[in-house]
Amino acid sequence: MENNQLPKKHLLSAQLDLSKFSAPQFEAATDEEKRQQDVMSKSTTFFKDGMRKLFKNPLAVLSLVILLLILLTVIIAPMIIPYSYEEILSVNGKRDKGAKNLAPFTYSEMEQEYIDAGGTRFPHIFGTDEQCRDYFIRVVYGTRISLSVGFFASLIVLIIGMIYGSISGYVGGKTDLIMMRIVDIIYSLPDMLIIILLSVVLNEVLKFPSGSALAKLGTNMVSLFIVFGLLYWVGMARLIRGQILSIKENEYILAARAIGAKPGRIIRRHILPNCLSVIIISTALQIPSAIFTESFLSFVGIGVKAPMPSLGSLANSAREGLQSYPYKLIFPAIMICLIVLSLNLLGDGLRDAFDPKLKR
Amino acid sequence: MTKYVVKRLLLAVLTVLVICAITFFTMHAVPGGPFNREKALSEATISALNARYGLDKPVIEQFVLYMKGILHGDFGVSLKNGREITTIIKESFPTSAKLGVSAMAVALLLGTVFGSTAALTRNKLPDRVIVFLSTLFTAVPSFVLASLLLLFFCIQLGWIPVWSQAEQNYLLPIIALSAYPMAYITRLSKTSMLDALGQDYIRTARAKGVSRFKMIFKHALRNSLIPVITYAGPQIAYIITGSMVVETIFTVGGLGSKFVSAINNRDYTLIMATTIFLAVLMVVANVICDLLYKLVDPRIKYD
Repeated sequence: MENNQLPKKHLLSAQLDLSKFSAPQFEAATDEEKRQQDVMSKSTTFFKDGMRKLFKNPLAVLSLVILLLILLTVIIAPMIIPYSYEEILSVNGKRDKGAKNLAPFTYSEMEQEYIDAGGTRFPHIFGTDEQCRDYFIRVVYGTRISLSVGFFASLIVLIIGMIYGSISGYVGGKTDLIMMRIVDIIYSLPDMLIIILLSVVLNEVLKFPSGSALAKLGTNMVSLFIVFGLLYWVGMARLIRGQILSIKENEYILAARAIGAKPGRIIRRHILPNCLSVIIISTALQIPSAIFTESFLSFVGIGVKAPMPSLGSLANSAREGLQSYPYKLIFPAIMICLIVLSLNLLGDGLRDAFDPKLKR
Repeated sequence: MTKYVVKRLLLAVLTVLVICAITFFTMHAVPGGPFNREKALSEATISALNARYGLDKPVIEQFVLYMKGILHGDFGVSLKNGREITTIIKESFPTSAKLGVSAMAVALLLGTVFGSTAALTRNKLPDRVIVFLSTLFTAVPSFVLASLLLLFFCIQLGWIPVWSQAEQNYLLPIIALSAYPMAYITRLSKTSMLDALGQDYIRTARAKGVSRFKMIFKHALRNSLIPVITYAGPQIAYIITGSMVVETIFTVGGLGSKFVSAINNRDYTLIMATTIFLAVLMVVANVICDLLYKLVDPRIKYD
């Protein structure tokens, strides 16, 4: 087809018949009109826009910085500090019996002698505990455990909730009804009580072959994850189902269906990316609640296993010597509050930045 | 309305059944029977004991028997000290109930007062302070707060005596228990108060010259209180679990601390009984809250 030849006009078409016009009959656009077409700034993606809003929120930035600092400390400190979390302190290979319940930044008699004789000893930043272990490294490891429990538990909740919620929301009908009744029942169970019950039982029932990765993690940790996987996903599933129900009605889903996309692909490519912000926010807010639960269980005595510390179990064991060594309670307590507070504030910030509709 | 009530009650009964089943069958999964001691008993003794407590029957039959027992108010006996569990609950529950109900009342009362104050003084100093404190207290686990309160007021300052049977001072346990729900209710009642203040009827009331006092208390507050009922339900669950920790720390001899010591002693029958008892309590509280909510606000659809 030749370039300047226009396609033939349909008889009933309302389109202008351009062949009847010639160039002078069109007024050229002025410079000002042309400038309206200029792109003033780079177009931003939804994600970038959200991040920009997030970084304008001083509280969210502050909590992000605090979290990063805690994370860095938790990663780097075990490399620098020469003690390990289960190591009973010793000087020159001899057990240091005097290093019991030292106050922060003090040395025991044996250590003092050793230092006087010219040796160097890494200071006990938070002192030591009743079993002559360096307390700072225990708090660091406790933070590690608590953070990773929070993170992985939220991940489990996210995955299960996402799969369940998207199937229920997308398929709809009777399937949805039955799936949501199940959710209703699990939702109305008193979760904390069931968690306690399951943890008690799983601690007894679960036995892993020694040396395997699961055994290293400890039965308590594994049962904690199982419990989270069994109970906490319902909130996430409900949320995602609700999102999908509203997104499903959009035209682009209809278009995708019309060109023959499979349900799995539609959910993965078209629906989930559109409820991503909601998912991110509720996952971020899930982490502190998981940390809360873990520390509660550790406190009650069914959390992580003995030599391994968690912030909850540290706070619990600090109760015995509360009168004489209050700092042993205060350090892990402050750590929990700091982590939960900054995660909460960051979650709120994320919510305001990515989904202002959700702001309450 | 009747349809909704029936549906809600059915769900509640179903939930209670599920809880009982979960509790019973998970406890059954624990290896070793109740008569596993350090000193091994003879085969004959064990089978006699099993027959005595009906443990030789099939599991399902045992479950039915257990449920029958519960319906008759019989939770069996504690594995550790052989006492009737019903008596243990009867003895320790009033203390817990006293603590829990007062904590809930404090949380509801102060929470709505603080929330409404924050809403009325939006972006001014009182609002900022209240928002700051409520954000802070939603990040403090109850056991941390309870331990810190004990440390400062009982030990360091010595203002308040440590809890004892003779000198029952509920002040600190109530503060520790109500802090989180209070912070939570404050945040939510602030939003609902702001919501209510933005409504047309408030503008109408102001336009016709209703006094500020009357506007706040008669029009805004009443309407903002309705959603608070729905927040109260989940908070009851929080108070019940929180009371375990708080009672343990302050050595208040309630059901919560009994539960924690049962967990540590692996006293399975007591754990089972307490779980079912507390769970039913939570379910009932939730049902009451739900029904109350629908009853108070006739605009809500019963679907």
